[in-house]
Amino acid sequence: MKEISLYIDGRMVKCPEGSTILEAARLKGIEIPTICFHESLTPPGLCRQCVVEVEGARVLLPSCITIVREGMVVTTDSPRVLRARKTILEMLSATADLSEAPELEQQIKAFGADPQRFRPEEEIKTGPIVDNPFYVRDYGKCILCGKCVQVCSEEVQLSYALTVAGRGFDSRISTFYGKPLPDTSCVFCGNCIEVCPTGALKPRKEFENDI
Amino acid sequence: MTYDRKTSTTCPFCGVGCQIDLNIRNGAIISAAATPGKAPNYGRLCVKGRFGTDYTHHQSRLTKPLIRKELDRGKRTTCGMEGFREATWDEALDLAAQRISRTVQESGGSAFGTFCCAKATNEDNYLFQKFVRAVLKTNNIDHCARLCHAASVAGLQKALGSAAMSNSIAEMKDLDLFIVTGSNTTETHPVISTYLKEAVVKNKARLIVIDPRKIEMADFALLHLQHKPGTDVAVYQAMAHVIVKNKLYDKDFIDRRTEGFEDYMTSLEAFTPQWAEEISGVPAGKIEEAAKLYAGAERAAFYWGMGISQSVHGTDNTLSIANLALMCGHLGKPGTGVNPLRGQNNVQGCSDSGGLPNIYPGYQSVSDEESAVKFEKAWKTSLNREPGLTTLEMSDAIGEGIISDFIIMGENPLMSEPDLNKARKHLSELKNMIVIDIFLNETGEYADVILPAAAFSEKEGTFTNSDRRVQLVRKALDPPGEARADWEIICELAGRVGDKLDRDYKESFSYDSASQIWDEMASLVPAFGGISHKRIEEEEGIHWPCPDSSHSGTPYLFSDTFPRGRGKFHRLDHTDLSERPDGDFPYILSTGRVLYHWHGGTMTRRSVLNDISPAPFAEIHPDDALRENLADNSRVIVSSRRGSIELDIRISDRSPEGVLFIPIHFAEAAVNELTRDIRDASAKIPDYKICAVKIERASSAD
Repeated sequence: MKEISLYIDGRMVKCPEGSTILEAARLKGIEIPTICFHESLTPPGLCRQCVVEVEGARVLLPSCITIVREGMVVTTDSPRVLRARKTILEMLSATADLSEAPELEQQIKAFGADPQRFRPEEEIKTGPIVDNPFYVRDYGKCILCGKCVQVCSEEVQLSYALTVAGRGFDSRISTFYGKPLPDTSCVFCGNCIEVCPTGALKPRKEFENDI
Repeated sequence: MTYDRKTSTTCPFCGVGCQIDLNIRNGAIISAAATPGKAPNYGRLCVKGRFGTDYTHHQSRLTKPLIRKELDRGKRTTCGMEGFREATWDEALDLAAQRISRTVQESGGSAFGTFCCAKATNEDNYLFQKFVRAVLKTNNIDHCARLCHAASVAGLQKALGSAAMSNSIAEMKDLDLFIVTGSNTTETHPVISTYLKEAVVKNKARLIVIDPRKIEMADFALLHLQHKPGTDVAVYQAMAHVIVKNKLYDKDFIDRRTEGFEDYMTSLEAFTPQWAEEISGVPAGKIEEAAKLYAGAERAAFYWGMGISQSVHGTDNTLSIANLALMCGHLGKPGTGVNPLRGQNNVQGCSDSGGLPNIYPGYQSVSDEESAVKFEKAWKTSLNREPGLTTLEMSDAIGEGIISDFIIMGENPLMSEPDLNKARKHLSELKNMIVIDIFLNETGEYADVILPAAAFSEKEGTFTNSDRRVQLVRKALDPPGEARADWEIICELAGRVGDKLDRDYKESFSYDSASQIWDEMASLVPAFGGISHKRIEEEEGIHWPCPDSSHSGTPYLFSDTFPRGRGKFHRLDHTDLSERPDGDFPYILSTGRVLYHWHGGTMTRRSVLNDISPAPFAEIHPDDALRENLADNSRVIVSSRRGSIELDIRISDRSPEGVLFIPIHFAEAAVNELTRDIRDASAKIPDYKICAVKIERASSAD
């Protein structure tokens, strides 16, 4: 396979053709934070936390889905990048309870994000949904990374029980018509729990133990 | 953090052998997750593995040895906990040893029937069969493989000389075309089903489902051949006919690797697709299409389950599949092969470890003098050369007055045997019955002494999964109360039986660890020679055969040769159903499983899994329900010539008209009350999938 050379943060990186910037950076041990990215799933390029600055590009590019080109010059920690990441975290924490998302809490600290910045005056209340014997869906903790939908559909289970409903600010993870899980095609494999980064999906026993 | 620590181990349910992390909090499993990145499940689990291990903490776990209060009072009857008293280990073991040694002295080894356990570890099973062979001097040992894949084993042994799955789970992504037959894969092997579905959706593999029921896999299939139950051979013979007639076979492969093709080819003349359509109800055109797709594929594999093997002509079913694979050269390359999907976590390993009546560990024949001498030397005792009885033959032998004692480790024949009335009658005639188990189940209720065992999460050892991958079972918790690992119980029992018989078995039944037991077995089984617990730990599982420490294991079999040399074609004939529906019993009953339960239900009925699937049901076609004037969820009585059960109906067009489907898991409506004890001649497996029944509205429903 052809090898591509590029510069990331001033360092020359060689990687196979077709790699993403994120993969190239990780080859050299250069850390780029991610949220919706999961190693065994197709990167959806949703959250934009992994954005980087590429010379000649008008906007910041998501490194998880941007393919490297010969001679590319990438900066992963420019002020513009850092400000974008900080703002993304502030927007996510505006409406989602991240108290069980240790990796995100760490990022909030690292980027100096202010979780209060965009918080609505009135707290948006979404109680946990306990509609089956196995696991609980607490969408108050959901950041819409979409990984649960990915594993429920094409990426792993091919059960298609979970989906994204609504548009824009009203987007949410749901079942079709918001039906209780036992009335859907869900087979309770729980593979969605495995990829949830915020504790929004949790085995019922753990949930009951925590309250 | 919601848990204190975690232990990585192997899932105790089906034969996929998923690697799971048990999350422990306050001395109990609070949740489970897939061990990240580890084969064979690579982060995936199903509902049973992820949520179902809570059975290990059920309040009805046996925590102390139990002795029947009223021993030896004539015909034995069933009793619940109230019929037993708690005892110390010393008392219970001594009593068991005394009863066993009495029979050894009075009647010899042939008076024993013993069942080892496809849920226990390789080490437990190795030791159990060593106890049976070396101490009791009999080969009367069998386990539930007899009731599940015996016919797959018999057929593949005849055709190829080896009966294990020929491909690894990891190869499923390389499939070009595959046939799923007699396997409701999404419910019985859920994680494997995700790979198979993925092969279709992501890699454009083509799937042909050959199954009487519209199972979920059929939604992903290019073709679904919905044949009438019991007509498998007709469909496969007709496919072979099409392949021969159109010269689509692999002549080169046939010349190099097989024998008997000319003879087989000439036997196919009458098996036209039109003939098969008459018998199976599958349109001739679909049979032709399936045959051409299979023969024309670059790589093609078969996956099957109980639908092929649990039949009075199960061996023929398997042979008809093997014939096709041999004819098209779909063997011995990655992504090609013949794959019986194993139903229990360690049913492969239990057979490998010698839990069968005709073989020592590693499939070495008990009647082969050289093998017998090898094991006599290793075990320092004399051994019986006569092959033992199979599961149901042991049950028959009680009725014939030959067997008086049963020793059962973790099996539940009173759920799993056909014609339970007959099975119960046989057990009630036993003189002595010793049970090792984690729960008091339907079978334990007949026992004299029950010894409480450790569950999978409470002991060390190995399970061998469906694709021959030997994997570690690790101890996460102590057993409850006084329960002990099966192998420790067997060592104690062997020593004490020896004392009573004035023989010394203490030395040959003395081990410090499960790993030491494995090493002893590996020294006697060439295919395990290179496998040790330490190496499995380092390499995260090894596929046998692995003859020495430099060998890396064998993910797919038959690349150069078959164990029997050349693959052998077998002439076959279609045989009619063993019990045809008639005016009195107009429906065909077929049995099977549901996603949320496992086999006899001893474990899953005592788990959160039971909350979502709490009751038995009979699946009936809408047209049949209309004819019988039954609404959904009506209470009915389903009867055969052998018994009857009461349960609700579920109207669904998954099963074809004229066929009732009832799952096997529910003791309160045990479907084996209805099934018939008629067996495949060479595999001795009963015909679970077909018997004639009638359906009536239950009077309690009015």
